[in-house]
Amino acid sequence: MPMPYYVSPEQMMQDKAEYAKKGIAKGRSIIAIEYVSGILLVAENPSASLYKISEIYDNIAFAGAGKYSEFENLRKAGIRHADLKGFMYSREDVTARSLANGYSQSLGTIFSQEMKPLEVEILVVQVGHNGQANEMYRISFDGSIIDERAFAVIGGKSEALQALLKEKGFTQPPELQAALALCIASLDHIGNQKLSLESLEVAVLDRNRDGRRFRRLTPADTKQLLSS
Amino acid sequence: MKLPFLPNHDDPSFFDFLTQQHPALTPTGRSGALQAQVSAEPARGAGSMTVPQATTVLAIKYQQGVVIAGDRRATEGFQIAERRIEKVFKIDEFSAMAIAGAAGPCIEMAKLFQVELEHYEKLEGVQLSCEGKANKLGQMVKANLPMVFQGLVVMPLYVGYDLKRAEGRIFKYDLAGGRYEESDYHAIGSGGKDARNTMREHFLKGLAEPDALKLALLALYNAADDDVGTGGPDLVRGIYPTAKIVNATGITDVSDQQIRSIYDGLIATRRSKEN
Repeated sequence: MPMPYYVSPEQMMQDKAEYAKKGIAKGRSIIAIEYVSGILLVAENPSASLYKISEIYDNIAFAGAGKYSEFENLRKAGIRHADLKGFMYSREDVTARSLANGYSQSLGTIFSQEMKPLEVEILVVQVGHNGQANEMYRISFDGSIIDERAFAVIGGKSEALQALLKEKGFTQPPELQAALALCIASLDHIGNQKLSLESLEVAVLDRNRDGRRFRRLTPADTKQLLSS
Repeated sequence: MKLPFLPNHDDPSFFDFLTQQHPALTPTGRSGALQAQVSAEPARGAGSMTVPQATTVLAIKYQQGVVIAGDRRATEGFQIAERRIEKVFKIDEFSAMAIAGAAGPCIEMAKLFQVELEHYEKLEGVQLSCEGKANKLGQMVKANLPMVFQGLVVMPLYVGYDLKRAEGRIFKYDLAGGRYEESDYHAIGSGGKDARNTMREHFLKGLAEPDALKLALLALYNAADDDVGTGGPDLVRGIYPTAKIVNATGITDVSDQQIRSIYDGLIATRRSKEN
């Protein structure tokens, strides 16, 4: 009788993690950074219509790096979760923390139970208003969840970018213009080539807006902002 | 709450998502329980249940868009159930909906429709067209049909600004979900006929905004005059009908102050006729 191959659980998890990491490393990076009146999200994205950054709810935004089809499904799940919760209870009961927990659970389950783990890394950010602090959660392919402060980076060269931003040592959140310039400079530096504004996807969660606080900035908007 | 991670569910409709995954939360969700109750007591069938009923709402087109307005009364049999109910709802930046019928289900449908449009916009990255929104509402009215047989009628009047055609549009519905576009004005609810009579006499194509608003409030005033279900301006409590304006710049509430001053003028004119 042929014996089935034995693979130790450690080995299996390690293989899966390596596989997922390899997939994510191929993707480009996304930065989320707190600025004076909200959170700025900047992604390197050559496509003008396939988004990596998206609105989830009034105060909550999502960003995904890695395999498009996979984080797109996660994004849709997040919107369903938020809209359902807001419909069932109230708009103010929709929180990034509960959403990040949901993501963590789903990713963790898929990582341990499915053959193929999801090759994604995602960010869930919430802008605080009425004196509340912002919240930023980074969730990895295995469901591990990290609570970030000041800035968060996901995608291909996230470690190098993180080191670069850490050097700046934020004490106070910068102005929007400064934050945007910093993000672009950091992405330029890591990618060894000049980025055009057209290949950037930029969005903000602006706490000074009413209701839905998410807003996309077009290349024209960013150009105007940078030159002002 | 578990994350609704459904890789095989690729439907941008929140209403369909609820129907499939959380049927108890849909407006017809409670019909199961009601059904049992009704069949157990056939004598107390449709219509015998008293729930608050919201009445007269109307919409008028003007040169740049649409005015939509409604009175503030809800009745329960011969009782006033509510004096300051709000029947005109902002649905999104370019559309509004007014309701007549059983107040609870009406408000629920407006709320569900708001989420529906926002959900679609977030999932698809673009807004539905004006026509698309009106059709979607028709499907929701149709889905409510089982409730109609139990006496819970929901009648919406939908107005939107069509950005492509650059004009305001008015849609009315029937109980089976039929959708009809009105070219000039329309009113529904118990005082709807009275309001339509007034509008028919005074409506002109291409009205200016203040004139359209004035006509809307006059029509509601006349409806309140002849229909017990419709509330007129309550001068003692300071409760006035509400109105919204939908045009190319989006949707704006008409301020209480403005409505009040229009009614002051109207009432003064009426009073002078009596003497």
